[in-house]
Amino acid sequence: MPTPSTESSWPLWEVFTQEKDGAPHEHAGSVHATDAEHALQNARDVYARRGEAISLWVVPSAAITASTPEDMGPFFDPANDKPYRHPQFYKVPKGVKVF
Amino acid sequence: MGTPNPALATALLRIGDDRLVLGHRTSEWCGHAPILEEDIALANVALDLIGQANMVLQHAGTVEAAGRDQDALAFFRDAFAFRNALLCELPKGDFAVTIVRHFLHGAYSVLQWEALSRSTDPTLAGIAAKALKESRYHVRHAGEWVIRLGDGTDESHRRAQDAVDALWPYTGELFMQPADEATLVADGVTADVSHLEPEWRRQVDGVLQRATLNAPVAAWMQRGGRDGKHTEHLGRLLAEMQVVARAHPGAAW
Repeated sequence: MPTPSTESSWPLWEVFTQEKDGAPHEHAGSVHATDAEHALQNARDVYARRGEAISLWVVPSAAITASTPEDMGPFFDPANDKPYRHPQFYKVPKGVKVF
Repeated sequence: MGTPNPALATALLRIGDDRLVLGHRTSEWCGHAPILEEDIALANVALDLIGQANMVLQHAGTVEAAGRDQDALAFFRDAFAFRNALLCELPKGDFAVTIVRHFLHGAYSVLQWEALSRSTDPTLAGIAAKALKESRYHVRHAGEWVIRLGDGTDESHRRAQDAVDALWPYTGELFMQPADEATLVADGVTADVSHLEPEWRRQVDGVLQRATLNAPVAAWMQRGGRDGKHTEHLGRLLAEMQVVARAHPGAAW
C-alpha cells in the first residue's frame, strides 16, 4: 500500500465573477486547485455552471491582504462620528432628480 | 408522425447511446470524487452528456416513427438494442480511468459534433451545434487533468499510463464507419467517423506527449457495441439505470 500523502489540501483561490458587460467582477467564493488553469476550471464548474457569469477571475487567496476583525474599531468606527466626511451638507439644486 | 427512417434512427442511437451510457457511468462519481470541486465538475459533465442523449434520442424516436419517445428508448430497451461504443460502458475504474476515457471520447466527440453541425438534417445540425460547446469544455477539463496526472507523481503517472493502456484497444471502434450508414453519409446527413481519426490522433498525441504518457503501438481493437454486441458491464449499468422506470412505468413527477 502506498502511503497517502499528508498534503491533503491544494492551495485556495478566490473567485470573482462578472455577471454582464460593464459590471464589476464580484467575489463569488473560493475553490481549491493545483494551479491557475485548474482553478479557473473549478471556478467555472462551481460558480458559473448555470450561466451566472460572462467572465471569471481567480486569485491565489494567499495574495490577498485583508483587514482583520480586530481592525474594525480603528479602521471603521471613527467614520461614524465624523459626519463632515459625508457630503450631505451640500444643497442639491432644484431640478436635480437623479442621484 | 412522418415517414419512418430506420437507417437514420439507428445512426442516431449510435450517437445518443454513447452519451447516455457514458453520462450514466460518470454519474457514479456523484458524491465520490476526490474533492468537492471535481465532484461538481463530473456531475456537471454527466448531466451535459445525458442532456445531449435526451435531444438525440428524442430525434431518433421521431424519425423511427414507432411511437417511442426518448424515455422509452432510454429505459425500455435491453442491452442488445443499445448501439454505444464499448468504450462508454466499461466500469468507471479509478479516477485516472475516468479522466482518460473522458479525454479520449471527448476529443472524438468534439470532432463528431463539428462534422454533424454541418448535417443536411437541420434538427441534427442544431443538436450538434449546442452539444459542441459542451464537449469542447469537457475535453479541456479532461485534457488538463490528463496532463496533471501523467506529469504528476509516480503514482498518478503509473495510474494514468495504466488507464491509457487499458482503454486504448476500445478507441478503434469509434472510427469504424458502420456500412449501413453509407446512404446517410452520401446524403450529408451523418458524418463518416473514419475521417475523424487522423485529427483525433494528432490531438490525443499532443496531450499524451505533454503528459509524458505513451499510446500503445498497434493494439488489437475491440468492437461490437455499434451492432449491439456488448460487454457484460452494460447489462449491470442498464439494470441500475432502468429499474425505477420499469418498476413504475409511466410515472411522472
